Amino acid sequence: MSDLTKSGGPRPGQGHFLADPDETPLQATDTLSANSEPSSLWQDAWRSLRKNPIFLISALMILFVLFVAFFPGVFTSEDPNYCVLSRSPLNKGTPPVITGYHPWGFDIQGCDVLARAVYGAKASVTVGVGTTILVVLVGGVVGALAGFYGGWFDSILSRITDIFFALPLILGAIIVLQLYKGSESVWRVVVVLALFGWPQIARITRGAVISVKGADFITASTALGATRFKSLVRHVVPNSLAPVIVTATVSLGIYIVSEATLSFLGLGLPQNLQSWGAQISSAQSAIRTAPMMLFYPSAALAITVLSFILLGDAVREALDPKARKR
Amino acid sequence: MTIFQTDPVGAEPTGFDPVERRSNHGLDLNKPLLEIKNLDVSFVANEGLVPAVRGANLVIYPGQTVAIVGESGSGKSTTAHAIIDLLPGSGKITGGEILFEGKKISGASKKEIIALRGSSIGLVPQDPMTNLNPVWRIGFQVAEALKANGISRGKMASKRAVELLAEAGLPDAERRARQFPHEFSGGMRQRALIAIGLAARPKLLIADEPTSALDVTVQQQILSHLDELTDQLGIAVLLITHDLGLAAERAEHLVVMYKGQVVESGPAREILRNPQHPYTQRLVASAPSLASRRLQSASTSKVDVAAKQERVENVIVAENLTKVFKIRGAGPGRGSDFKAVDDVSFRLPRGTTTAIVGESGSGKSTVAQMVLRLLEPTEGRVLYEGSDIAPLKGKALMALRRQVQPIFQNPYGSIDPLFSIYRTIEEPLRLHGIGDKASRVRRVKELLEKVSLPSSAMQRFPNELSGGQRQRVAIARALALEPEVIICDEAVSALDVLVQAQVLELLNNLQTELGLSYLFITHDLAVVRQIADYVLVMKDGRLVEQASTDSVFDNPQQEYTRKLLDAIPGAHIELGR
Amino acid sequence: MLWYIGRRLIQTIPVFIGATFLIYFLVFKLPGDPVAALFGDKPVNPAVAAQIRAEYHLDRPFIVQYLLYLKGTLHLDFGTSFATRRPAIDSISQAFPVTVKLGLMALAIEAVFGITLGVIAGLRKGGIFDSTILIASLVVIAVPVFVMGFILQFLVGIKLGWLSPTAGPNAPLKNLILPAIVLASLSMAYVIRLTRASVAENLSADFVRTATAKGLSRRRVNVVHVLRNSMIPVVTFLGADLGALMGGAIVTEGIFNVQGIGRLLYNSIRASDSVVVVGTVTLLVVVFLISNLLVDLLYAVLDPRIRYV
Repeated sequence: MSDLTKSGGPRPGQGHFLADPDETPLQATDTLSANSEPSSLWQDAWRSLRKNPIFLISALMILFVLFVAFFPGVFTSEDPNYCVLSRSPLNKGTPPVITGYHPWGFDIQGCDVLARAVYGAKASVTVGVGTTILVVLVGGVVGALAGFYGGWFDSILSRITDIFFALPLILGAIIVLQLYKGSESVWRVVVVLALFGWPQIARITRGAVISVKGADFITASTALGATRFKSLVRHVVPNSLAPVIVTATVSLGIYIVSEATLSFLGLGLPQNLQSWGAQISSAQSAIRTAPMMLFYPSAALAITVLSFILLGDAVREALDPKARKR
Repeated sequence: MTIFQTDPVGAEPTGFDPVERRSNHGLDLNKPLLEIKNLDVSFVANEGLVPAVRGANLVIYPGQTVAIVGESGSGKSTTAHAIIDLLPGSGKITGGEILFEGKKISGASKKEIIALRGSSIGLVPQDPMTNLNPVWRIGFQVAEALKANGISRGKMASKRAVELLAEAGLPDAERRARQFPHEFSGGMRQRALIAIGLAARPKLLIADEPTSALDVTVQQQILSHLDELTDQLGIAVLLITHDLGLAAERAEHLVVMYKGQVVESGPAREILRNPQHPYTQRLVASAPSLASRRLQSASTSKVDVAAKQERVENVIVAENLTKVFKIRGAGPGRGSDFKAVDDVSFRLPRGTTTAIVGESGSGKSTVAQMVLRLLEPTEGRVLYEGSDIAPLKGKALMALRRQVQPIFQNPYGSIDPLFSIYRTIEEPLRLHGIGDKASRVRRVKELLEKVSLPSSAMQRFPNELSGGQRQRVAIARALALEPEVIICDEAVSALDVLVQAQVLELLNNLQTELGLSYLFITHDLAVVRQIADYVLVMKDGRLVEQASTDSVFDNPQQEYTRKLLDAIPGAHIELGR
Repeated sequence: MLWYIGRRLIQTIPVFIGATFLIYFLVFKLPGDPVAALFGDKPVNPAVAAQIRAEYHLDRPFIVQYLLYLKGTLHLDFGTSFATRRPAIDSISQAFPVTVKLGLMALAIEAVFGITLGVIAGLRKGGIFDSTILIASLVVIAVPVFVMGFILQFLVGIKLGWLSPTAGPNAPLKNLILPAIVLASLSMAYVIRLTRASVAENLSADFVRTATAKGLSRRRVNVVHVLRNSMIPVVTFLGADLGALMGGAIVTEGIFNVQGIGRLLYNSIRASDSVVVVGTVTLLVVVFLISNLLVDLLYAVLDPRIRYV
């Protein structure tokens, strides 16, 4: 393009240069290297998770909490419901004779704090896991159907989702729990939290499904002869799972906090059930004299929730498509 | 390292005219503007430093155009980014040096680099869709380059920005400057990016694949315009491209990179005529824009030709296909109709390839979707083996699906990332209830062999495969049901040149071996030449021209077809072969 | 643009009707007989009960009850409180401004601190500051609001005495600072995380590299290109959060004795004052819907790509 080229040969540094072909060998075009193990998305994610200390710590913590929830007897031999008022830190009279091991001391009713915290794990874990499962089932199905089939069907399902979304989780739960006092069980709380929690998962699932359903491999499977429903089940849903799993893991922590808040308000679990929320609530009045009573159950709760959030974060990173090799 | 150099750096070559020259910038034209010496660039990864560029050398003189040619991952863009310190956080220069006007700029301070960017070295980036900030007006983004380099400020800068946009070939620049990027087409955005790159009148412009995302005719217009501008202004250009034909057409000096190394460099025509390195030789041989004839298959047909001839001659006949899309407007009742395909008729003779060529928005993919019965035509019909496909349902539709199979453009999108290769290829067999498990395993192995992949690939997952390998898996999947017709929708467009050549050859051999008929949708006329027997040229939903490949190339009847042919980069270069 | 606003408005109407119906159904239909509940443990007086039923249209079919309620709501008439025998709107309009103040203060706190910390963390991703902020925000998310409330009330309010530990009736703005901080804490943690992620993502965007190549200073690239673009999701989150903050005030108002809408709601629920409960929640839902509508408009202002949809 420049007139310079017309005037003679190449300029300094621009002559015909050839790298030694032995040093720069031509490799076969596009061969498949045979010496690496197969890795699906999930295997890849698992491999990177295994090396992630945050994942390992949070997963171990969660396993520990689950273990505590199912085998509380291993961690304390005390009965959480055995309370002797004279053991209360508010008791300024003669100290009672205390036998046994009580590392975390007693609360104002004179119950063993450790025993209550250990036995409280079960309620929190049950509510967290139960609500999450229910929410993923309901929200996942609604979101997937709305996103996949679209049109007026989507409009209706989306508006229904919006309606439930307009009531904040805690607010809705308080109203229903206060007004509707039926059977006194953990599942009542689970159902109520799920009732106001599902729209979030529905929205996430819907978004994920919409972004997946336009992919060429969905069109390809239709062209191969798959029905719409088969495409949805075999291709769309599995490929939409990642963000749903991540959100669900983080939400699990949120539901545990919500249960504690409800128990704190005296609305959550039945009175005879041990829970961290109830324990914190009863410790509140003695925050000046016995702050550690508030600390232990709060810490147990916070560490559990933190573990689930960190787990969700680690899984999000492992499933991030940008981080995956091509 | 042994270097076969006809002209070692620094030596005075014979035949070079030592007359002193001065450029518009008042530079000594005999002194290199940019020198890259033994450049090493590495990226920090979990496994340690991963080299991306190794020992690269490059010299650019004032006003000159130099091109770096290479496939994806060759290190060409990394080299360019290293010049003005635009490497991502994990990348760094680990060896060698970069000199600009004789002054070392690799490892210079942030302040020095910022002073250099824009005013001395401009950049026109690769993807026009992502390189403009979506929230700022175009005029603002151009004016910003002026202000940053102290050229003009305030109202003056805005005025100058409009001039620059007009200069870059943007019509109605005054109004356009007030618009946002999303209101621009790809070509217009690229022009805005050129205006930004040239705003401060740099001495060197790095053009990183400046047009690869654009249609050929737009690409040619923009490149020619860029040529004129830089010539006028005496700006040197470092052109980064994967397209050897384009590089040879636009640059006087070529640098060929392969796997992070410069394997060959020299005067453009000389390299093209007399490539020395095996890679360059392969590249020259495979460049579709330089190829001049249809691929011939080595294998012989195993299909009983006589049996085939008993059936209808044309496997697919499309009659007056029209597709109208409803577009939701900016208000109620303001929706409009968009005719994507307008009265298109063609036939696909058995055992041959018919290509549909057109630029983006020509409606070619919509035609493919209608033939696949993924979209319903608004008017007209598609006949398969002489019968209309529109009323097909249930079993009959499944039978059609067996016979007509697609291969899509994006090798990263057309295979479910969660399915192993075995499950991917087995899926059509399973959907159509063909065979038992053992026979399906055998069939998948057979199919993998057909597309030259080892049977060990069965346990692999798509993310472990390259684009070309995935495309071969997609071909194997399409072949699983032993179809009559394969619709290739831009099936090789996303692939590197050598891989593209390999896949085209595979498709061609399969056609001969299995008697397949292809409907080949592409924007790339150069590819058409290699694979098609008949060509349909589409523009704005209409059929512009249809004829045999040879007559289209040798004797195009329509102005538009001529324009398309003309725009193929490197089409006019005579090769000494 | 007008059409865009109009469409969002039209979509809001069914949600408003649906949400109020849901509340009305939950409160008046589900728990059985709200009138009987009023008598508590005392025997139900049939004459009084019938009178109340007629007054609240509870003798009419459910759907008619709801429509009458909806009609009243549109005139800001939520009915007469079961407990105080005064119009529900009286107590609501007394409590509402307090919670609005509290909500706006919390919003300001989470916006200022959340965005600032998030931006710094995002720009220095991987550094010590980033890690510290990230862990701190996670701890805030993991600790229940009421625990946070107790701790701050005890430390800042009682031990250090910097701020009033309780608000009480007719509280001056100063007394609302502590509850506002507690109310803001959870959302602030989310704002930090969102801002950080958004900034980090935009930092590696192509257009940021192009802006750098123009020769802009690092500062200008960060402000004009990275921050401006990162604010889109953050501002929309903040906008939608006002409704959530006011709805979530129920716990915070309880701890700090703020005489706002949350406290009113809690007391009304305890007192089975269904009329006030429905009225309050309806108002909260309206705030939520309006703030969401505003967010959509804000979104259109911030992101030019939306304006022409």
